[in-house]
Amino acid sequence: MTHRGDRALRVAGLARVEGQGGMRVRVEDGRVTDVRLEIYEPPRFFEAFLRGRGHTEPPDITARVCGICPVAYQLSACRAIEDACGVMVGGGLADLRRLIYCGEWIASHALHIYLLHAPDFLGYPGAVELAADHRELVERGLALKQAGNALLAAVGGRAVHPVNLRLGGFYRLPERSELAALTPLLRRALADALATVEWVAGFEFPDFDHEHELLALVEPGRYAIESGQPRTDRGRSFPVQAMDAYLREEQVPHSTARHARLAGPDGRAPGLYSTGPLARYALSGQWLPPLARQAADAAGLGAVCRNPFRSIVVRAVELTAAVEEALRLVRDYRPPLEPAVPVPPRAGTGYGATEAPRGVLFHRYRLAADGTVRDARIVPPTAQNQASVEDDLRRFVAARLDQDDHQLTHACEQAIRNYDPCISCATHFLDLRMERR
Amino acid sequence: MAGPSLAVWKFASCDGCQLALLDCRDELLALAERVRIAHFPEATSRVEAGPYDISLVEGSVTTPSDLDRLRSIRQHSRVLVAIGACATAGGIQALRNLADVSEFAAACYPRPDYLAALATSTPVAGHVTVDYELRGCPIDRGQLLELLGALLAGRAPRLPRHSVCLECKARGTTCLLVTGAQPCLGPVTAAGCGAICPAYRRGCYGCFGPAEDAAVAALAPALRAAGLAGRDLVRVYQTFNVAAFAAAGGGSDDSPR
Repeated sequence: MTHRGDRALRVAGLARVEGQGGMRVRVEDGRVTDVRLEIYEPPRFFEAFLRGRGHTEPPDITARVCGICPVAYQLSACRAIEDACGVMVGGGLADLRRLIYCGEWIASHALHIYLLHAPDFLGYPGAVELAADHRELVERGLALKQAGNALLAAVGGRAVHPVNLRLGGFYRLPERSELAALTPLLRRALADALATVEWVAGFEFPDFDHEHELLALVEPGRYAIESGQPRTDRGRSFPVQAMDAYLREEQVPHSTARHARLAGPDGRAPGLYSTGPLARYALSGQWLPPLARQAADAAGLGAVCRNPFRSIVVRAVELTAAVEEALRLVRDYRPPLEPAVPVPPRAGTGYGATEAPRGVLFHRYRLAADGTVRDARIVPPTAQNQASVEDDLRRFVAARLDQDDHQLTHACEQAIRNYDPCISCATHFLDLRMERR
Repeated sequence: MAGPSLAVWKFASCDGCQLALLDCRDELLALAERVRIAHFPEATSRVEAGPYDISLVEGSVTTPSDLDRLRSIRQHSRVLVAIGACATAGGIQALRNLADVSEFAAACYPRPDYLAALATSTPVAGHVTVDYELRGCPIDRGQLLELLGALLAGRAPRLPRHSVCLECKARGTTCLLVTGAQPCLGPVTAAGCGAICPAYRRGCYGCFGPAEDAAVAALAPALRAAGLAGRDLVRVYQTFNVAAFAAAGGGSDDSPR
């Protein structure tokens, strides 16, 4: 018999996450002594092979970091390189970028809510098994995902790795009629998204809060997606151009993803922070579009939500917001005069950040005068959240040592999925292992 | 749930190709009724032991442990299908094949010694017998459904290897090369996507890899005429199917990158 106070919980090969990873928790004498989110997604070395490429290439190349959020990579890369070249893309082109980004939020959030996360709350191993009992629910999720995909394809040519985005804008501007044709699908998606908020708000959530500093892009007046300035719930704010001074990454032996901490020029010790739906909601919740704001109120979210298990509710609110925004942008769309503004290369360093479905995605490029990429830095949301996930697990397990290994392991897996971890992104991740000794 | 068993496996990749399976809204639930999803960690934590009737393999071989895992998957699979540019050609990460992987690791990680990475990124067929390949970065959903439908019906799948040009003609898109508007890899790239890029006034960038008998060298003058020169003429082939295009004579020029 194992001594009750010493336990080891582990999951080798976490399911329903994007990519490969696991978890290991060690409990000794009734105390949690070690928590590791193990990421063994093989490294692909994007930042290395970006060196020597032309300045027009990183958007399409970095899209391949992640098949779930390629638009986030494309637009963070575009913004960084445009910053290096001194070009601002505004007006109708910026609106069209926001529209395709809404498509990615809709598709990604629908995927995570319905196929990856909801089965945890309902006691099913996955959406296929959930569909056997509640086909109408899974169909609603897939319909929402399809609405996101249709939007991605209409603006971008295809849903995964869209082809129509480029530095300065687009290759071809969609006709008004092409986008107007999406309206009936988006109207239905709006009703489905509102029903989703109501549905997930009724789930049972463990009593658990965290105190991490929350980081999101903020753009006063609207819910930041494709642009904005980094800000935290503790009042810190910095321009994207200061990312190197604020984002400190370290490498741990158990992961091919780097761990990020939030530092600052004020000499403060680098600290834990998290990014993603809870952070965005805390910092921009007052600027949600009206129906999403009403749905958040009806779901009882309040001004700030610090329970990562309720991230599914915030994600559903954001799903609603993205559909609402998309409907507005489609309604107001008038094709700009030119599909793209020129982005001639020049020597310099550029910074870009956008809100990927999982949180802020930072890019930095240093260019030679002819546009050749000298070096690149990519800080994806899952790398930023990894230390927070481990902290959540440590505190979550410590408060529930009376549960048996099976229950506790399952709850830990769920705690990880709260962050919608994208392991493919983090490595540029999960095996849950619990050891009680 | 009767019917043949389906397993989905992942190696070095972005997950975008297996996502195509989850994108089949109308078809996914119908498919789930005809096949037994036995291993698909991204969709369900329920896992069945092999053997499997159909295995879909995404991603390329990049770590020492990949080799054993792939051989074991082959051993337990009746039909093995490599899906996407990573699994069929090594993917964008095969750019390491042209460089020094230890230098790459040092450029990306403060402690490269924590990593286990092979010097090359290689396709599935480089290590085990592959029954079918779906090209593309990402794969085309229609091609995936065609393949699964054919396997379930016991017929040969229709997976053309002719060039994108035929799909452009079928779509009624004006040729970008003829009008000199854009350099386009359509004439040497395998069909399957439905010729999306030219319809968006963008030259094909070869994400489905080389077409059968691709005359890569013969395309160079047309690419030059459309404005591609020097390093760009090399780099254009050095993307998502770098290794496959190199084997067809593209992007293998020795000028500096």
